[in-house]
Amino acid sequence: MNVHSSFPNAAAVNAPVAATAQKAVVRLESVTKVFHPQGGAAPVTALDAVSLSVEAGSIVGIIGRSGAGKSTLVRLINGLELPTQGRVLVDDVDIARLTEADARLARRKIGMVFQHFNLLSSRTAADNVALPLEIAGLDRAAIRARVDDLLGLVGLAAARDRYPSELSGGQKQRVGIARALAARPSLLLCDEATSALDPETSAQILDLLARIRREIRLTIVVISHEMNVVKTIADRVAVLDRGRVVEQGPTFDIFAHPQHPTTQRFVGAVTGTILPDELRGAIRPEPAGDAKAVIRVTFSGPKAKEPILSRLAQVLDVDVNILAGRVESIAGQPYGTLVIAIPGDGVTRDAATSALSRIGLKWELLGYVA
Amino acid sequence: MSPEVLALLAQSTGQTLYMVAVAAGLGTLAGLPLGVFLATSRAGEILAAPAANRVIGAVVNATRSTPFIILVVAIIPFTRLIAGTSIGTTAAIVPLTIAATPFIARIVESAIREVDPGLVEAARSMGATPLQIIVKVLVPEARPSIALGLTLAIVSLIGYSAMVGAVGGGGLGDLGIRYGYQRFMPDVMAAVVAILIVLVQAVQSIGDAIARRLDHRARKT
Repeated sequence: MNVHSSFPNAAAVNAPVAATAQKAVVRLESVTKVFHPQGGAAPVTALDAVSLSVEAGSIVGIIGRSGAGKSTLVRLINGLELPTQGRVLVDDVDIARLTEADARLARRKIGMVFQHFNLLSSRTAADNVALPLEIAGLDRAAIRARVDDLLGLVGLAAARDRYPSELSGGQKQRVGIARALAARPSLLLCDEATSALDPETSAQILDLLARIRREIRLTIVVISHEMNVVKTIADRVAVLDRGRVVEQGPTFDIFAHPQHPTTQRFVGAVTGTILPDELRGAIRPEPAGDAKAVIRVTFSGPKAKEPILSRLAQVLDVDVNILAGRVESIAGQPYGTLVIAIPGDGVTRDAATSALSRIGLKWELLGYVA
Repeated sequence: MSPEVLALLAQSTGQTLYMVAVAAGLGTLAGLPLGVFLATSRAGEILAAPAANRVIGAVVNATRSTPFIILVVAIIPFTRLIAGTSIGTTAAIVPLTIAATPFIARIVESAIREVDPGLVEAARSMGATPLQIIVKVLVPEARPSIALGLTLAIVSLIGYSAMVGAVGGGGLGDLGIRYGYQRFMPDVMAAVVAILIVLVQAVQSIGDAIARRLDHRARKT
């Protein structure tokens, strides 16, 4: 980096906190949030020393089970809750230091998409989209033009005068997205935005979000308990477990090499690394008699495009049973898993596994089945 | 029935309509903001002021627990101050309004508390001020329930208006007591009751129709 750059913010770029090349839209610095329930019950630590950075223009997935602290995280980012400890910076501004009026202005630059849509039943689709613009004080003509643009963007121009009760779930969420984008936010927070929708409609909504990110410069934080949601659109993933970020990194890395047990569980649910129950129960750690060895083979990137099965048959030179398998697209890259059984005697097994290594496949011995 | 009695019936109906309409209008004007305050000043709400909420709530409860006929005579000095006189149809509007206001306030409060908290959360996340949340979200979303509640309030006011004969307020109830009961004219009594039934039915039907038109929530069918 050129230290003598004439960039006005060169000093900031060189500051130790700015470790990333990209500008961070949201930065959480060891944020802890403790709730004190009324009636003297024990305090609840919703978030525990969470550090997280969301780069401009990226889609970050935050995944966790219910109660992991996801909703608290959202409310901290848009300033509806304040951290007990640590700092929440949005566009380099510490939310906690803003006056109530300035915090309201800052919130207008953050769009929110909700699980249950939260559309006003008394307003038509167009008037729902208009709400944030009315709040911002735009005049009628400007609101109307902007609303028509937005409804076009989400493909609902024809439904502008319909009430939410006359729309399907997917259409309601499209209105919700149009509304969230109305005030031209730089950040979009999606809190379980597809959890109330069927799989096909969810996929359409995720496509829409990905398309919007491409068309307008926007940073998106996607909060979900479903790995499928994160897998398709997120560039990076943070895994939240009991108020702590237990793992974070590029989506593909998290999927290909999950470290923490919670991550492994989430990842396993979509990549097939979790075995069928009846098989898992039958696996023994030691070979016995003529038990077969169970091996998990994973292949990713260019490897996933090769004719793996015929290659396996060639290099292994033994009978191969396929027990489980699937190929997933993760952050746009193919990622495959195959669980196979081969004869379990030491010689055959070692020959087979070294053959797998030779053709560049990752493998893991899971155990033995009779 | 003699023409004189028919004229009296017409006049009394007019007095009842006048008292109820003005009291309902003024009661809504005062009760709507009061109800909004009661709903939004509770602890944890957008205008949280729990102490003020408790004080106003206590005053509202006290007014509502005073029997109407006692309220009418108890506030005669206040009525004289406002209306210039303590007797007559116009004077009767004062106690009717004072009885209607806390009733309407409670109706508005419960209608607003029924609004999905997710909508308030959404509006807050858009950077709405508390006033914007009230004007753009809470009151419009509560409108169907408020319309039904106001219908109930108007029906109750028609009932209360029968008692203002005690201060010379006139109206149908007064006519029924003085002619139907005290002068033994059962036909007048029957006519009074019939008119009241028609009035209440009409108010209820209009109120239901308005609430239906305002309500765009999904109907459970």
